[in-house]
Amino acid sequence: MPLSVSTCQKIDKAIAKYPAGRKQSAVMAALTMAQEERGWLSPETLREVAEYLEMPPVAVYEVASFYSMYHLKPVGRYVLTLCTNLPCALQGADAAGRYLKETLKIGWGETTQDGVFTLLQGECMGACQEAPVLLANHQRMCCKMTPPQIDALLVQLRTEAAQKERHE
Amino acid sequence: MSAYLDFGPDAVLLAGLTGDNWRLKDYVARGGYSALKKILNERILPEQVLGEIKLSSLRGRGGAGFPTGLKWSFMPRNAPEKYVICNADEGEPGTFKDRDLLRFNPHAVIEGMIIAAYVMGCARGYNYIHGEIWEVYERCEEAVDEARAAGFLGSRILGSDFSFELFNHHGFGAYICGEETALLESIEGKKGQSRYKPPFPANVGLYGKPTTVNNVETFACVPLIVNNGGQWFLDLGRPNAGGTKIFSISGDVERPGNYELRLGTPFAKLLEMAGGVRGGRKLKAVIPGGSSSPVVPGAIMMETDLDYDSVAKAGSMLGSGAVIVMDETRCMVRCLERLSEFYHDESCGQCTPCREGTGWLSRIMHRIEHGEGRPGDIEALDRVAGDIMGRTICAMGDAAAMPVRSFVKHFRSEFEYHIEHRRCQVADHV
Repeated sequence: MPLSVSTCQKIDKAIAKYPAGRKQSAVMAALTMAQEERGWLSPETLREVAEYLEMPPVAVYEVASFYSMYHLKPVGRYVLTLCTNLPCALQGADAAGRYLKETLKIGWGETTQDGVFTLLQGECMGACQEAPVLLANHQRMCCKMTPPQIDALLVQLRTEAAQKERHE
Repeated sequence: MSAYLDFGPDAVLLAGLTGDNWRLKDYVARGGYSALKKILNERILPEQVLGEIKLSSLRGRGGAGFPTGLKWSFMPRNAPEKYVICNADEGEPGTFKDRDLLRFNPHAVIEGMIIAAYVMGCARGYNYIHGEIWEVYERCEEAVDEARAAGFLGSRILGSDFSFELFNHHGFGAYICGEETALLESIEGKKGQSRYKPPFPANVGLYGKPTTVNNVETFACVPLIVNNGGQWFLDLGRPNAGGTKIFSISGDVERPGNYELRLGTPFAKLLEMAGGVRGGRKLKAVIPGGSSSPVVPGAIMMETDLDYDSVAKAGSMLGSGAVIVMDETRCMVRCLERLSEFYHDESCGQCTPCREGTGWLSRIMHRIEHGEGRPGDIEALDRVAGDIMGRTICAMGDAAAMPVRSFVKHFRSEFEYHIEHRRCQVADHV
């Protein structure tokens, strides 16, 4: 299945940012868009991106496997990444991590049985003043995540997930 | 109208910001783009602008503190293709100032980059933005579009002969891309692994062309220097350290946040602005310049001023201005364990001493913290850290080793206690 028209349009926009003949520079953007469309980057998706950018598939794989926010295995609909680095740890991230694991009944790197959430431990997101900091699907930064905030976010995302499922 | 955000009374970079007034029209209302207009309308020569930057004693705000004017002067004059790049890959634990600059005042950074491009003769630039702050990347995309629509970017800017194009590029989760040559590799669409220096980017940079990479805050200082003069900026700080500096203070304080201070302000003043140590507890230790800088005992830090030379004299580095505060209840073994795990995670794997050494450090720290430390582990930590330092292509090896050596040096008894008693010393007392 080829990448969607809207994903290709976004990739074209990224390619236009770089000098002629430097399409490869758009690979990070292209992988991001492809992951946004498909949830994760399968070997097929990597090949499609490689073809689109006229790159050797191994060069695309090198990039996808190097940067921590690309997923080379299936993940839940929402990937929740909690920063547990030192500044956040000093400001309640450990407690937020325990609460997330207990509430979702999964450990780091695991996905809930219903496939809605994957929980990851992250490194510095550059927002330590608002710890604990959590990223939802790598794009939405959620700050000061105490248990009530975490509960509210989980409810909201579950509702969104159910709506999307009905839509599909 | 929203209230002004409080970054302290000395703020010039972050003055007048509400969180909502980030758009081009707001920036222009604050006097924005007047520096660029002045240069182009009065036909001020690149060398004259460079002279003011040198006079200002502006030093790189990303961590290394290299004099900005000198860095710009390394760029060859007549190369046909040159690049200016903003390093907004802010991922040093404890640092969160560039995020605020870019989300609250993106046009100051854009104007600074345009002026830098004018001085160095670059026709194209990129802003490399930390992947984790996606919303800020999207805002920067909007801001660049605004600047282009207003004629501040593009060909023949404001009717002059000067043309410059600027684009945003996002990272996607790799601390190492904050290192300038890894960042260049990343823009080229490769793994972010550092390059050997020399050749330096000023000679062989992006796509092999002369390139200058500066930090977000460094660029944001440039329009202020052009408008007010290098001497004005120098006078805000200290000799050899001109201007204000944004300090990101986090950890055990009442009000973590960004505070903009004149360079040379005492640390005690910053701590006071942040509301003091949380819960009125005692200060134990401070990491003054981001997680890579050596830790300093609280008592020494309380006597230290915040400028490059003073913090160096206290045995550490001003770095990026990321101040991590730890109170008396904190176990230094646990703190170092967390940092060691981070560096192991983020080593790009290119150089053996860093790839393997950070793993050893992390594993030794893990076992000490979890009551499985062995006699000789402290010496091993010091030896491994020493074997990494100076033996890697980029500074990430030193960044991983320096915290280890300083934690062991200043808090050795806590490490010894952990190994001997298989538990934490701090918990006994507090």
